[in-house]
Amino acid sequence: MSEEIKNTENTLTKKDRVSMFLRSNFQQASFNFERIHALGFAFDMVPAIKRLYHTKKEQSEALKRHMTFFNVTPGCVGPVLGVTAALEETKANGADIDEGTIGSIKIGLMGPLCGVGDPIFWGTLRPITAAIGASMALTGNILGPVLFFVLFNAVRLAALYFGLEFGYKKGLDLVKNLAGNMLQKVTECASILGLFVMGALVSKWTTINVPLVVSKVTANGKTTVTTVQNILDQLMPGLLGLVLTLVVCRLLKKNISPILIIFILFAVGIIGYGLGILGA
Amino acid sequence: MGLSGIQIVLLFIVSCIVGMGSVLDSFQTHRPLIACTLVGIILGDVKTGVMLGGTLEMIALGWMNIGAAQSPDSALASVISTILVIVGNQSVSAGIAIALPVAVAGQVLTVLARTVTIFFQHAADKYAEDANFKMIDICHITALAVQALRVAVPCLLVSMVVSPTGVQSMLNMIPDVITTGLSVAGGFIVVVGYAMVLNMMGAKYLMPFFFLGFVIAAFTDFNLVAFGIMGIVFGLIYIQLNPKFNMPKAVPAAAAPAGGASMDAGLDDDLDDELD
Repeated sequence: MSEEIKNTENTLTKKDRVSMFLRSNFQQASFNFERIHALGFAFDMVPAIKRLYHTKKEQSEALKRHMTFFNVTPGCVGPVLGVTAALEETKANGADIDEGTIGSIKIGLMGPLCGVGDPIFWGTLRPITAAIGASMALTGNILGPVLFFVLFNAVRLAALYFGLEFGYKKGLDLVKNLAGNMLQKVTECASILGLFVMGALVSKWTTINVPLVVSKVTANGKTTVTTVQNILDQLMPGLLGLVLTLVVCRLLKKNISPILIIFILFAVGIIGYGLGILGA
Repeated sequence: MGLSGIQIVLLFIVSCIVGMGSVLDSFQTHRPLIACTLVGIILGDVKTGVMLGGTLEMIALGWMNIGAAQSPDSALASVISTILVIVGNQSVSAGIAIALPVAVAGQVLTVLARTVTIFFQHAADKYAEDANFKMIDICHITALAVQALRVAVPCLLVSMVVSPTGVQSMLNMIPDVITTGLSVAGGFIVVVGYAMVLNMMGAKYLMPFFFLGFVIAAFTDFNLVAFGIMGIVFGLIYIQLNPKFNMPKAVPAAAAPAGGASMDAGLDDDLDDELD
């Protein structure tokens, strides 16, 4: 094969990249505890491998090097796919890139992208869009679920598509970019947003009521009943919710499973109600 | 009267979509807000579906799969609780009591399903040897069926036997102290989700923003959109003022004087000199 033909053939087309983007929506279809996204990553790379390699041997080698352990927040796989596709393209055009390099760059991107993806997608974007949707849904408004679905997916699809294109165009430069503080800025801004809204939710959406009567004063024919909850509300509304949240944080850090904590809280609710300490 | 044949078929299809959503974690069809609404539409009671979805979504707000760790399963919980609440003509708070035990069962099933899919991974390894692209695609996509069925099969069984009297007599057996106690607990079980988010963020030095959000919410009636905008504003201001982002090298925030720093390059140099 002459050098000229090679150059025209070994370039990913826009169509290939769009196909990779569409496939990346199914990143976790074969999620398994052995290698997590391994098959998923190879599945995403299929259009690129088909385009770049032409012998069975090369194709098989390329598939196998992407069948290795991989895991990232699904919404953040775009840039990794882009960079990997760019590397494969350079390799297919004769550059001396060995398998180890591609593998280690993928592994190297996993950490930082999870560090960005988990707080942004699971700590900020989903809780906030879901909370807005749920607050509408509580009144039976079907716009709540629709809004959540549209907002979340719009951001996710944009992150996948533009992430892939950005990674592909920047190639190895992206790896250098990650060392800069751009990603850290975005992550910190998202974390602040997430934490701030989470604080608001603890106050707004947690209901704990302690109806124990502290005093009963009858003056001028009017009876004023003061419960424990009245006193706490004067101090700071939602205080018990805040304390409980911090306690649960502690328990989770001690590796107690969330499900167990939920059942403990169930027991607290039933026993507390039975004894009259907790009310609806 | 139980469900019609068409409803059972539609429920099967929807629970397949919900099950696939739970592993893909992309389209979010496994979230209560969406799954309960879809079931509500099929059963002809959209309003109850949406309201139960909103209630369960609040509880499940922070349930997330990080790495290989699995959270309680919202997919199975949403579908089964909505079927039982709507067919049995139950309250939304009865739905919470049904959903949580089912979420545990669902978690066990999803762990099982994600172990079974190792088989598909190994099959794909063999096809990679021959560069058989088509079979690799098939291996990846059929693995999705395992996750679809782990929600759809239990839902099919429930939808075939469910009846209003059955649900009512089942729930009537539970004494009042337990059902009311469960709905009391539902008011504060939401904090488990918040705590999961707080721990995942793992940024202790940003916790002041959490307390700020709490205090502002305690004394105002702002809605969530307002909190969202305020959160973004605080985030941007923090980044603009934070000296650690205005220097070529990362410097611990505490080492530099707080506030006063800006994008100004001259100031960067001043700070550098100061630190040297």
